[in-house]
Amino acid sequence: MTASLAWVDEQLTINPELADRVLTGFIREELGRHGFERAVVGLSGGIDSAVACVLSARALGPENVLAIRLPYRSSSPESLEHASLVIDQWGVEQLTIEITGMVEPLFEQLPDIDQVRRGNAMARARMIVLYDQSVAFKGLVMGTGNKTELLLGYTTLYGDSACAINPNGDLYKTQLRQLAGWLEVPAPIIEKPPSADLWQGQTDEGELGFTYEQVDRLLYLLVDQRYRPEDCLAYGFSETFVRQVLARVRATHFKRVLPPIAKLSNRTVGVDFLYPRDWGT
Amino acid sequence: MTQLKLALVQMDTVLGDVDANLAKHLAWVEAAGQQAADLIVFPELSLTGYRLMDLVPDVARRPRPDDPTFGPLLEASRQLDMVVSFVEEDERHRYYIAAAYLSAGQLVHLHRKVYLPTYGLFEEGRFLDWGDQVQAFDTRFGRVGLLICEDFWHVSPPYLLWLDGAEIMLFVSASPVRGLTEADQLGSAVWVERINQAYASLFTTFVAHTNRVGYEDSLNLGGRATIFDPDGVRLAAGPKEGEGLVVAEIDLGQVRRSRLRLPLLRDERADWVRRQLDRILGLPGSTAWQPPEETDS
Repeated sequence: MTASLAWVDEQLTINPELADRVLTGFIREELGRHGFERAVVGLSGGIDSAVACVLSARALGPENVLAIRLPYRSSSPESLEHASLVIDQWGVEQLTIEITGMVEPLFEQLPDIDQVRRGNAMARARMIVLYDQSVAFKGLVMGTGNKTELLLGYTTLYGDSACAINPNGDLYKTQLRQLAGWLEVPAPIIEKPPSADLWQGQTDEGELGFTYEQVDRLLYLLVDQRYRPEDCLAYGFSETFVRQVLARVRATHFKRVLPPIAKLSNRTVGVDFLYPRDWGT
Repeated sequence: MTQLKLALVQMDTVLGDVDANLAKHLAWVEAAGQQAADLIVFPELSLTGYRLMDLVPDVARRPRPDDPTFGPLLEASRQLDMVVSFVEEDERHRYYIAAAYLSAGQLVHLHRKVYLPTYGLFEEGRFLDWGDQVQAFDTRFGRVGLLICEDFWHVSPPYLLWLDGAEIMLFVSASPVRGLTEADQLGSAVWVERINQAYASLFTTFVAHTNRVGYEDSLNLGGRATIFDPDGVRLAAGPKEGEGLVVAEIDLGQVRRSRLRLPLLRDERADWVRRQLDRILGLPGSTAWQPPEETDS
C-alpha cells in the first residue's frame, strides 16, 4: 500500500455519537462511583473546555455543572464572550473570578519574570480557584486537555493539567473538533485558532511551530499505529519534523506520570502498592 | 427436541466488594427464574470486578459449600444452572481467574483462565496465575465448553473444546472496548462479535458470550452479549451498554442438523493435527517435509 495521508485522515475520523455516549457515561459513572453528581469546569472560551463543559452538562444535567470563567486583565474579551456562548446555550451554572488580583502581587515581587513563567503562574492560580469551587459546589474538576496536548506536554503541570477526571484526553485535537461539531459547540469557538490566551496574540500553532492537523497525523502513526519514525517519512513528513516531535514527547514525559518515590521498603506507593482508583466503588 | 432457555447477564460490579456482588447475583438469578430460564451466565469476574490489581488476595474464594460466597450460590443453583466468575485461591495460595458451572447444589466444572493478557492495557499475568486445562463437561443440556475472555482470543482453546465434544460454548468476558473510528461500534467489540460468529460457524456449535458493562478507572466494559447458532446465525444480542438480561430459547437439535449438512467435526483429522504439532515443536520422531531427491535422467 502506498503511504497516503488520506488513509491517515480516514483513521482520524471518529463516530462522534459513539464518543459522546462513551464519554458522558464515563463522566456520570466515574463521578457517581465516588459519590459525586456535579462537575466544575474552567471555561476558557476555547474548544477543549467547551467540549468538557457540554459533555458534563449532557452527562449530569446543566444545573449540576459549574462553569467558571477565570480571566486575567490582559485576557482577550473574545475569550470571555465565547465562554458566555457556551454558558448561555447550555444553561449551566456560572461564575466569573478574575485572577489578576491573585497573580499581580507575585509578579511585582519578581521583576525579571518572563512570559512563560507568568503564564504558568496564571494557569496555577486558575487551578486554585477550580479546586476551591470543587469543594464549595461539591463537584469534581473536569480535565480539558486533549491527546495532542498531553503527548506534546503542551500544558502547565499542576495548572491546566490538574483535574479529577479527563474526558478529552484520548481524542486528538482534530478529533475533538469533530466531537465539538456533533455537540453543537458554537462555530466561532471551533473555527478560531487555538490559543492558551496567556499573552496577547499567542496561538498554540504559532508557539509549537506546526499545525494540529500536521502533528495529529504524525502522532497517530507513531503512537496509535506504532510506526517506526523512519517509516513516517513515506507519508511526506520531514525528518526534522519527526525528530522534533519525538524529542518533545520524550522531554515532556515527566508531565504524564506521577513523581517517582524512592524505593526503600518492600511495598512502595506508586511502585508495588497497586490498587485501582475505583477501589471499593 | 431439547430446548434450553439461556439467560446472559450484562452486569456492572462493585470493585473489590464480593458481598455486594453476591447480592446482585442472587437478584439476577431471581429475575432469570421469573423468566423460566434454565441457565444463567454471568460475565468474567462477576463476583469481584475486573481491575483488581493488589486486591486479588482479598477477594479470592473457594467454590465450596462452606464458603460464605459459594454457599448461597450453590443453593441458588438448585433453582437454575449458573456460571459465575471469581478469583479462586488454591491450596497452595495461587490465584486464578476462574469460572464455575453450578447445578443442583453441586460444582459441575471449574475453568481457570488459561491465557492471561499481559500487554498494552492488561496486567493480568502480574497478579494472577495461569490455568493449564481446557476441558468440556457434561450438563443436563449436553456437553459444554467454558472459556474466559482472552482464552477465546486464541483459537486453540475453542478448537480443543470442539474436539472434546462441546456443543454449547459459553464465553465470559470483562472486555474493555477500544478502537474509535467512524464505525458505530469500537473496534475490539466488532472483533469479538466477529470471532464468536466464526467459532459458531467453524465448529458448528452454539456460542454464547456475555460481557461486563460499566466503567473501571479509564476503562469502559462493553456489554453486547450475543448468542450464535451452529450455522453462525445470530439468535440474540444485548445492548452495547447498560445492565440487562438477554434471554433466548435455543433449540439444541440444531447441532445435529448443522453437522449433517456440514460434517466438519466428522472430517476433522485431529491425529494428523497432533503429528503436525509434533513436527512444528520439533518433538523426537517427527519428520519435516523434504524436497524430492533429484535424479539424473
